[in-house]
Formats: sequence, C-alpha cells, structure tokens
Amino acid sequence: MHMADALISPAVGGAMWAVSGGLIAYCARKVKHASRDNLVPMMGVLGAFVFAAQMINFSIPGTGSSGHLGGGLILAALLGPHAGFLVIASVLTVQALFFADGGLLALGCNIFNLGFFPAFIAYPLIYRILVSDQYGTARAWIAAVVAAVVGLQLGAFSVAVQTKASGVSDLPFGTFVLLMLPIHFAIGIVEGLATAAVVSLVAKARPEALPAAHESGPASLRPVLVKVAIAAAVVGGVASWFASTRPDGLEWSLARATGREEIGSRDESLHKSLADLQQKTAFLPDYAFMSGANDESPAETESPAAEAWPAVSAGTSVSGIVGGIMTVALACLIGVVLRSRSIAGTGAR
Amino acid sequence: MSLTGFFDLGKMDELGRMDTPAHRIDARAKVLVTAVFICVVMSFPRHEISSLAPFLVYPVALTSLGRIPLRYIGRKMIIAAPFALIIGIFNPIVDRQPVAAIGPFVITSGWVSFASIMLRFVLTVGAALSLLACTGMNRLGAAMQRLGVPRVFVVQILFLYRYLFVISDHAARMKRSADIRSAGRPLRFRVYGSMIGHLLLRAMDRAERVHRAMVARGFNGEMRVLHPPAFRWSDAAFVVVCLLLFVSARVWNLADALGRLLVEVAP
Repeated sequence: MHMADALISPAVGGAMWAVSGGLIAYCARKVKHASRDNLVPMMGVLGAFVFAAQMINFSIPGTGSSGHLGGGLILAALLGPHAGFLVIASVLTVQALFFADGGLLALGCNIFNLGFFPAFIAYPLIYRILVSDQYGTARAWIAAVVAAVVGLQLGAFSVAVQTKASGVSDLPFGTFVLLMLPIHFAIGIVEGLATAAVVSLVAKARPEALPAAHESGPASLRPVLVKVAIAAAVVGGVASWFASTRPDGLEWSLARATGREEIGSRDESLHKSLADLQQKTAFLPDYAFMSGANDESPAETESPAAEAWPAVSAGTSVSGIVGGIMTVALACLIGVVLRSRSIAGTGAR
Repeated sequence: MSLTGFFDLGKMDELGRMDTPAHRIDARAKVLVTAVFICVVMSFPRHEISSLAPFLVYPVALTSLGRIPLRYIGRKMIIAAPFALIIGIFNPIVDRQPVAAIGPFVITSGWVSFASIMLRFVLTVGAALSLLACTGMNRLGAAMQRLGVPRVFVVQILFLYRYLFVISDHAARMKRSADIRSAGRPLRFRVYGSMIGHLLLRAMDRAERVHRAMVARGFNGEMRVLHPPAFRWSDAAFVVVCLLLFVSARVWNLADALGRLLVEVAP
C-alpha cells in the first residue's frame, strides 16, 4: 500500500515529510543514547532481512495466493519502537530509491503510514501489552494478528485520507476506504501470522534476542500520546492553513463531502494565482492573437467558474497537442545529443 | 520482490558506480534539483498535460549524460506502475464530463486527468530512478548527511544497503533448496515460519560477526567516503539552470507556446 508520487499534492507530501522527518530525528536521538553497542549493525541487518524475507512466499491454503512478511511489526518487536521505526523508514527509503515503490515525494506519507502505526501504535499499545512476555504461547499469535491488523488498517485509512487531501484522484473517499480496509484486513491477518511464526521460533531458539518486558520498563501510554498529539497538531495546522485559503474551508477540513469539487477549487485557486502571474509575465505578447481571445488566456481557462475543469477548448487542444509532441521530441533529441557527447567525452580522454 | 528484483539491484549499484558527467555533479545538487522537480511537477492542477511535457527534459538529460540505459529505467517504471494505475483508472470512471472531441471520439475530463496522473508518474519516478542511477548509494548517503539527515539514519541506510546483497543471497539459497526438496509444491506455512526464523537468526549472527570485525578495524560509527564531495561552480550552475528551467516551465506553458508558433508558421 505504498502511496505513489503521482497521486499526492506537494502540500500533503511536504507536510508528511515534515512529520516523518521529525519522527526520524526524534528516534535517531533516542537510538544514539541506547546502551546496546551492537544496535547499529543489528538494525542494518534486520532491514536487509526484511527485504530478503519478502523474496520468500508461503502458500495460503484454499486461496491459491501466497503471503509474505511485511516487516513493520516484527522490526518493532525485535528492536523496540524507536530503532524499529528507523529501520522501517530506511527500508522504505531504499525501496523508494531502488524500486520506485512509492516515490520521493510520497516517502514521508509511506514512512508515516507503514512505520508510525506499527512501531508506535500497534507494537507498544497492543502487541507488547497482549504478549506480556509469553512469546511461545497462543496468546502471542493472537497478539501478533490483532496488532498487525490494527496497524495496517490505520495505515490504509491514512492512505485514503492523504489521497483525498491531495485531490489528484477522483475516487470518492468512502469508496476508497471501502476498497482499502478489507484488503488490508486480509493482509494484516497474513502479516500477523507470519510475524508470530518467526517470533515463536526465535523465542524457542534464542529467547535473549527478544526484548523482555521487565528490561524495557513498563509499557507507558504517556510518551506515545504526546507524540500522537504533536503529529495531530502538525497535520491539523497544515489542514487549517488550507482551510483558511477558502471561505468554506470548514467543510473541507471535516472531509465529509465527496470533496472533489472543493479540493478541485482549492487547487484552482492556487493555480489561479499562478495563472495570473503567468498572464502578467507572458513572454510572447502576441501569443493569443490567432485563436480569438475567448478561450486562450490561461486565466480564463482556469477560472473558478469552471467547476469540474471543462475548459479545454479545441483551439487550446490543438496547440497543446502539437506543442506537447514537439516538446517530447525535443527532449528526446536533447537526450540523444547529450548521450553522444557524454560518450564522446569519455572516448577522448 | 522477486529474485529478478534483487538482480536489478546489483545492476543499479553498477550504474551508480560509473564515472560520467552526470555522476560527477555533486550529489547534493542532484538531490536538491530532483526534490524541486518533483514538487513543481506535482503542483500543476489536475488536468494539465501539455505544460508537463517540457519537464521530460530533466530525467532524459540526466539519464543521457549518465549513460543510463533507458530500457532499464523503463522496466523499473513498469514494475512500479500498478498503484498509480489502479487508483488513477478510477478518474475516467468517476468523472465522465466530456471536454473535447477528436472525430467520433469524445474525450472526458476523467481521461484527461488520468493521462495527467500517468504523465506525472513517469516524470516523478523517472527523476527518482535517474537520481539514484546517476549518483549511487554511497554518494547519496554522504549527500543526505551533509543536507542534515540524522547520522544514525544515514548509517542505517548504508548498513542496510551493504547487508542487503549478502542476506538476499542467503535467502535465495534457502529458497532454492526448499524448492528442490518440495518437488514443486508451494511452501507450507509451518516450513515458512522456521525457514524465515532461521534466516533471521543467521542474519543476526552475521551482524554480530561483522560488527566485531569492524570494531577490530577501528569502526566508530562513521561511514567514510573516499572523496569528500566538494561543491564546485559547475554544480552551482547545474542547480541554477535546472531551477530556471523548472520555474519558466511552471509559469509559462512552453509546449503550448511552441505548438502555437508551429501552428502559426505552418499555413
């Protein structure tokens, strides 16, 4: 359930970057002061382990499909929330860079959705309390499944919220949620079972590798709640900033309506100011003369009255298509020239 | 992720180690420009297509200067496409307002925004992949640290990256031996649990050994880069030129202007 760059707006992406960046900085400080001196290589190896474990699938009886370990919960269970969160964030960063899973702008969203919920909600509030140090028992299996399901449900819901707030997709919020939650319920059960299987084996073979409850202190709610409050304040601040750019922003921040036109017009108002700038600074003054002034000026095209963006007139389309194709061709030409120069440069040296 | 995914990783590492004009640009400059690029591309309104076209220049120029095979980048893009595709395809279904007609074909607003989403996908993913292919993980890590990312996190990413090849190799061997013994039947859950558990235990043992070996050789928690990066004039020029290009393409619809010129000249 990686968010993709192509579906989020810079504002949402930037806000989530800020939240996730803050969490990383906080966890990095915590980990630095940790006493275990082999923590750093252990974190690295466990990150690589999560990657490698995803190469191996098991069959789910009766469905014909297969499942594998997702990683968030087991990392938190083995390393604790802070180090676990950093490892999840690093795994997601490498995935974004190497496999273009998600993307760079969406990385903040993905770290929050797939890292924050397992490491700071599902593990400390559900898993650790339910397991209470009895790793090999049925209790641990139930705890893992419940924690994984809750973590993934929260993450999936968060994906839907971020998609909606970005307003790139037309998918109604309710439909999206109904689409995401059941899928991730099933994934959560599989993830929980896989996590429990691995943890129970580790508990049998090497119990000292698992954090004991007495060692890590009593599970306390307070620090977690403080973090949730900070994250909520940041998100809320960003949301209200948007809301204040439009008169009826309250409806938007309630996010109840289908929201499409509201989000759309928020985009348009932002774009309109850019379009005004565009008009003021038009570098081809005679740019619009040949096609009648009515539909060609950019400000007109983006006028707020155009509720659902219809104003793609035929005249604009023709020059847009011709220009678009020519620009792509030009880009490719530049590429060919640069490539041959780059190769020639190497040959000469 | 499959085995082929892992082998692609090796290829990416190989590409990142090359020495071309694109690889010689300071990693910080490339990170900065790529970040701005993605933000600018995503700041366009939902139905924009033609004004996005000029942005193709940046990933194309970077991969060309870096001599990165386009087929490789293209293949990675296709692997990454499903999420944007699945969510994006709802736009034409939900939004059926007609906006234009080409002959008998009516184009709805939903298809326009879908095309816009896919174009953005190509641009953003292409930029991210070419950033890595033209920089390499180690240089990128050093740049991240100099740009203010916490050191613990950078070291974590570089450690993960170094162990990745070793542990994936190990997992691939375990998988192969399980496949051979199971005579083509898919892996059962019980077997899976103990297999992954053992992979984990062995990985932890290896971490312990590697850590002791590194401490014995004087590792104190810092990853060292052989050539400390220096920000040169050419890097500054690269940043300025790219940002100017992005700003002008954001403010003016360059593709449309070119199209007008051509349409005007043609008759």
